Amino acid sequence: MGPARRDRARLFLLAVPAFAVFAAFFLLPLAQLVAVAGQGPEGAATYLAVLTNPRYLHSLIATILLSAAVSLATLALCGVAGVFLERNRFFGRPLLVALLTLPLSFPGVVIGFMVIMLAGRQGVIGELTTALFGTRTVFAYSMAGLFVGYLYFSIPRVILTVMAAAEKLDPRLEEAARSLGAPAWRVARDVIVPALMPAFISSGAIAFATAMGAFGTAFTLATNIDVLPMTIYTEFTLNANFATAASLSLVLGAITWIALALARSAAGATVAAAG
Amino acid sequence: MRRRAALFYPQLALTLVLCAFLIVPVALSIAAGVTVNFQQGLKSGLTLRWVAQVWDLYSETIYLSLQIALTCLAATLVLGVPLAYVLARQRGWLARLIEELLVVPLAVPGLAIALGLLLSYGEFKAFRTSWLFILVGHVLFTLPFMVRAVLAVLMSIDLKTLEEGAASLGASFGRRFFSVVLPNCRSGILAGALMVATLSIGEFNLTWMLHTPLTKTLPVGLADSYASMRLEIGSAYTLVFFVMIVPLLIALQILSRPLRRRARPAAATAEAAS
Repeated sequence: MGPARRDRARLFLLAVPAFAVFAAFFLLPLAQLVAVAGQGPEGAATYLAVLTNPRYLHSLIATILLSAAVSLATLALCGVAGVFLERNRFFGRPLLVALLTLPLSFPGVVIGFMVIMLAGRQGVIGELTTALFGTRTVFAYSMAGLFVGYLYFSIPRVILTVMAAAEKLDPRLEEAARSLGAPAWRVARDVIVPALMPAFISSGAIAFATAMGAFGTAFTLATNIDVLPMTIYTEFTLNANFATAASLSLVLGAITWIALALARSAAGATVAAAG
Repeated sequence: MRRRAALFYPQLALTLVLCAFLIVPVALSIAAGVTVNFQQGLKSGLTLRWVAQVWDLYSETIYLSLQIALTCLAATLVLGVPLAYVLARQRGWLARLIEELLVVPLAVPGLAIALGLLLSYGEFKAFRTSWLFILVGHVLFTLPFMVRAVLAVLMSIDLKTLEEGAASLGASFGRRFFSVVLPNCRSGILAGALMVATLSIGEFNLTWMLHTPLTKTLPVGLADSYASMRLEIGSAYTLVFFVMIVPLLIALQILSRPLRRRARPAAATAEAAS
């Protein structure tokens, strides 16, 4: 055996354990999902259950709308704050950046609890409205609470990407626009936002995909919130409807995968544009 | 003093509001965990009673989470570092395909993966009911982070020259791997290890589906306490969780600072997790 062939054999052997684990515990289960989804009461039509059953369709649309709303709100807020933090140097700025990115890896359940702390029955928002208006505002255990929770975990992710992109903006373009008499909102609309667009698309798609697939936050807030992950959970554990749960999981997985593929191609475009 | 632009203060105000939005609930929950009665406020007095109760009720979940996180870390090191090395050496279409495939478990929601695992292995009762079932899910979910962190470092150094140099001096493959390759990707291994530990300790989406009453991890216990215990106990438990995870998060922040610019695409995928 020549040295080159021996080297290749060695590399192959090094990759085998990881690949075996991956095949046994990811590829096989995924294939199993596809197989089980096709064995539903309606046979192959179960794959389309999300479209043919009004309840699932409603749940899918609600999840997509919620995730899209969260992504847009996060982009708007982090667009302003991210550019601001990148452009200005002031006392306490590093602390602000550190605090804004700290919750990056909080799990969904903990974020659900943070929403309860804010807007739950004993939450600070309820305390404030009781003191100010005499009525207690509680919205944690609903779609609004879920919106707040998803906003909470999207902000750290999006703000990091926006700051990295804002760093590469050319201030001369803005100066040129300003010297030509453009007001601040026109500079933002015509110069800053287009330049940040790849970062917005990539981080927005990540926020969207995360919100689509998140389960822990909804689970902590209320099990009856009508979003797709909760529907899948209910079908699987309470109704033992494995085929439908598998088919809905595949739909959910496909949507998040497409969103993330979009994010990655947009991130690639940023790299190319900067390069 | 330099005059600030007209929009400086409104923008600062918005940034501060965002920051408060993220930090106020954390602070409140920490406070609630050590307050005698949260409804009455801090004037009811400070106590460690709730933390002690959490310890009585849930210490097993904390041990199990640490056990799974450490085993998961060992598994991702053994599986992931060699794989990253292979991917760095072989830049053909197959390597790129494997790299792409490896990220798919991050794009597919944990709930779906857990369903697949349950449907495939649910009948092997001994496996299904042991903590190893949860470990499998965690390894699957964290492996891409280890591979990508190590791969990013390996791609930034001249691996070929280093290895050829060592080989020309007569170093065997094993010697080269352990005394040339591994020391050179220390920073990537460290970053990957912190990420793996953080994610494993906090993992819920998969774990909730895979756990049994006898294999409850910390986040599973958290969900249980939020649903069935008084607010102070849930808060004290969350406080314990923060004490475990915040040092890891801060270490990650410090470590990622010089890397951030270099490894942008990897970081973008990394952020897609949880």
